[in-house]
Amino acid sequence: MGKVIVVTSGKGGVGKTTSTAALGAALARTGQNVAVVDFDVGLRNLDLIMGAERRVVFDLINVVQGVAKLPQALIRDKRIETLYLLPASQTRDKDALTEDGVARVIAELRQRFDWVICDSPAGIERGATLAMRYADEAVIVANPEVSSVRDSDRIIGLLDSKTTKAERGERMAKHLLITRFDPARAARGEMLGIEDVLEILSIPLIGIIPESEEVLRASNIGAPITVCGRDSAPARAYNDAARRIAGETLDMIVPGEKKGFFNRLFGRRAA
Amino acid sequence: MRLRGRSYMAFALAPEPPVAEWLAELDDWLRTSAGFFAGRPVVLDLAAVTLTSSAVSHLVSELAARGIRIMGIEGTDAEKLGPGLPPLMQGGRQTPVEAIEARSRPGGAPAGTLDREPTSLLLQSPVRSGQSVFFPNGDVVIVGSVGSGAEVVAGGSIHVYGTLRGRAMAGTLGNRQARIFCHRMEAELLAIDGYYLTADNMDAHHRAGPVQAWLDGEALMIAGLD
Repeated sequence: MGKVIVVTSGKGGVGKTTSTAALGAALARTGQNVAVVDFDVGLRNLDLIMGAERRVVFDLINVVQGVAKLPQALIRDKRIETLYLLPASQTRDKDALTEDGVARVIAELRQRFDWVICDSPAGIERGATLAMRYADEAVIVANPEVSSVRDSDRIIGLLDSKTTKAERGERMAKHLLITRFDPARAARGEMLGIEDVLEILSIPLIGIIPESEEVLRASNIGAPITVCGRDSAPARAYNDAARRIAGETLDMIVPGEKKGFFNRLFGRRAA
Repeated sequence: MRLRGRSYMAFALAPEPPVAEWLAELDDWLRTSAGFFAGRPVVLDLAAVTLTSSAVSHLVSELAARGIRIMGIEGTDAEKLGPGLPPLMQGGRQTPVEAIEARSRPGGAPAGTLDREPTSLLLQSPVRSGQSVFFPNGDVVIVGSVGSGAEVVAGGSIHVYGTLRGRAMAGTLGNRQARIFCHRMEAELLAIDGYYLTADNMDAHHRAGPVQAWLDGEALMIAGLD
């Protein structure tokens, strides 16, 4: 029986889809069966990030409505054979999702896969609450800035009230993933520091992903950052985060400032 | 302007499906006790039925046609209640109906018996943004922080063993002795018995370190606890 993880944030554009793809690929590379599911009906992006947009035949809505069976809709990744994508519909919207339908699909995914990672849409409405409803654990993605952190706080409150786990009185394990961290800006006080974010959100940290141009390059190529930019700083951070989700204990590496060639030569920090 | 809290007792009508049959039963009952609901506050509990927004409007007007004025609706989503419909009510508690018979009570004082109910609420996890804690019976103690955009409303005092970032409203049923305590004050709004202060008007000095707030006349005073 697999574990269902929802990747959510509240705020849009913080890195949920990027993180879903990166973590999914990292976990699948260890040989486990992983399904990444796009819940952003009408504004789907996970298929683009995974490089599968030209192979979409059936989607989550088709399966929910019984028009297609799950294996018909699942798209196997070309690079990692144990990684599958269940895309969202682009022509419909979230009203086409029903609670019972989603429950059935999640239950079936749980049978077939070791990890089911649900990419939540932004916001706190039906799409987001359905994505989290049947999850066992949550990864909350936040940028180290005030509006993202407050929205994540809101989402954490919803995880403790709108999920079946909360309704049964169980605590849902939550993991914080800080993305787009820029150490120079944090040092200048233009961004919140890691400690500030942890103090406000009070949930365990599983990774700090540095801001990097590699991420945009990877999404334009259509590959998760942990597949096509494997040696980059964000990929290494995502790989560590995936290992922590799987239960390993690793030291947290805080991304440091980039040292330019001349700084290294003369040993001085940039002004 | 003061923000005041009030606690009232109301009748709750809880329709069951099919609604048309329930209305017929209500008509039978009204035939034997005509005018029962006239002038009484009634809340509509929609938890047992699933109605669309227009069906809710229709039901409210059907009840109005029978002389029943609905002052609030519970057991449904706020999205279903458009403008023109009574507001969404939350936190309703069961109460024996006999308590409502004492109608000679002047307005303002809370009616009904509240003894043998708990007088303090203990929360051991942070109050998250958007959450609302409402406890008119007494003090609220929070072991943890209160997030920005969250609110705590208490009939008694509020104690936050953490950082208070949201709104805290104490003494809401007229208790002027209520106080607000916190380990770190970054509140957006404080109020005691309706007298309130927003963050803009709080002395910046008071925002670090443990702090208490109390009412002195009509002024909300804030001072460090160390």
